[in-house]
Amino acid sequence: MASAPLADAMIPRPFRIQRLRKETADTFTLDLVPADGRETFSFAPGQFNMLYVFGVGEVPISISSDSGDSSALQHTTRAVGTVTNALQGLKKGDTVGIRGPFGSPWPVEEARGRDCVIVTGGIGLAPLRPALYFLLAHRESYRQVVLLYGARSPEDILYRRELERWRSKLDLEVRVTVDRAGGEWRGTVGVVPMLVRRAGFDPSNATAMVCGPEVMMRFTVRELESRGMEGRHIYLSMERNMKCAIGFCGHCQYGHTFVCKDGPVFRFDRIAAIFGKAEV
Amino acid sequence: MIENLERIIAEHSFFHGLEERHIRFIVGCAKNVRFEEGQVIFREGDPAVNFYFIREGLVAVELMVPHRGRTIVQTVAAGEVVGWSWLVAPYRWHFDGQALIPTRALAFDGKCLLAKCEEDHDLGYEILKRFSHVVSERLEVTRLQLMDLYGSVV
Repeated sequence: MASAPLADAMIPRPFRIQRLRKETADTFTLDLVPADGRETFSFAPGQFNMLYVFGVGEVPISISSDSGDSSALQHTTRAVGTVTNALQGLKKGDTVGIRGPFGSPWPVEEARGRDCVIVTGGIGLAPLRPALYFLLAHRESYRQVVLLYGARSPEDILYRRELERWRSKLDLEVRVTVDRAGGEWRGTVGVVPMLVRRAGFDPSNATAMVCGPEVMMRFTVRELESRGMEGRHIYLSMERNMKCAIGFCGHCQYGHTFVCKDGPVFRFDRIAAIFGKAEV
Repeated sequence: MIENLERIIAEHSFFHGLEERHIRFIVGCAKNVRFEEGQVIFREGDPAVNFYFIREGLVAVELMVPHRGRTIVQTVAAGEVVGWSWLVAPYRWHFDGQALIPTRALAFDGKCLLAKCEEDHDLGYEILKRFSHVVSERLEVTRLQLMDLYGSVV
């Protein structure tokens, strides 16, 4: 999918907040509709937008809604900085600016006919949700579909109702783990990379899509490789300090690439040499 | 019965690659066990007599924390092993263990296995290599949990 034309790429388009929903103690989802009366735009799973809180600043946030549903754009994020805290303070009817969509998508087309393994942790589920929507909407095109998700605690599980709904589907394997839990939790406690060895997929015919904290992705890649997966079938969503979103400013340089333009989704074998390097 | 246990041991990933003679040698230390949901398998401070290879189910390794209640440190699933306190002095459990769902396991008598390992050091080395791997994995997981990767950035 092509990104926005350069001439328009730096001009934010006004979107109105249709709904602001609290997901967990520190995460929330914004449903946004165009404020200019025009249609919303199409995007591919994995792409992100720059959200502009007028007078405060701009921040890159992955699109977390269904790419097949153009009624509203959803963005789930965590209130961790000036802009995201300001976003959380907005209310229904307020206007934000949007530039996008930007960046590379998840390889949902290339993965047709293969097993798909989605491994994600924390807020990393948000950028992968559109990919999962896509896989489920085209379920007949894929073999096993596996979702492995890790959260800090049961209270921090994102999209909990949706996860429970997905888990009840007979053609989707969903495994959830938390780092810590009280005695009332009846599920798995441990880190998400360890779920890789328990999951039912064929490593010789699988595509993995991974998103989460970089350390979690490092250990996940190691587990995927130890099961026999090749780097060319493993895709990661990288995060760096994105500003312009069109590869001009250089803030998000990642080795020989710019995360905003060449990523955020990278094929692992193409970044293996720099992945996990402290200097990059 | 013994033949059946031999097959189960041989098929468990933990024993993958172990010589047949060794499996025959240790089968007398093993028995099949079943735990109901919520059943306590071991308690902190009790003598660590057995350890378990989970065949089916889920076991919580947990601690009772004052003012917080039961806190699950880790869960152990099918194909994995729980317990190495039988291997190191003072041979007492350091945590509580509870079946979260109906669980089937192979229980090994630690004292029996230690005696076999003393008798056959090749077997002892093989068992120790496998447990070192388990301990190393648990340490890695614990370190990752301690990093609180999904915690607040600020």
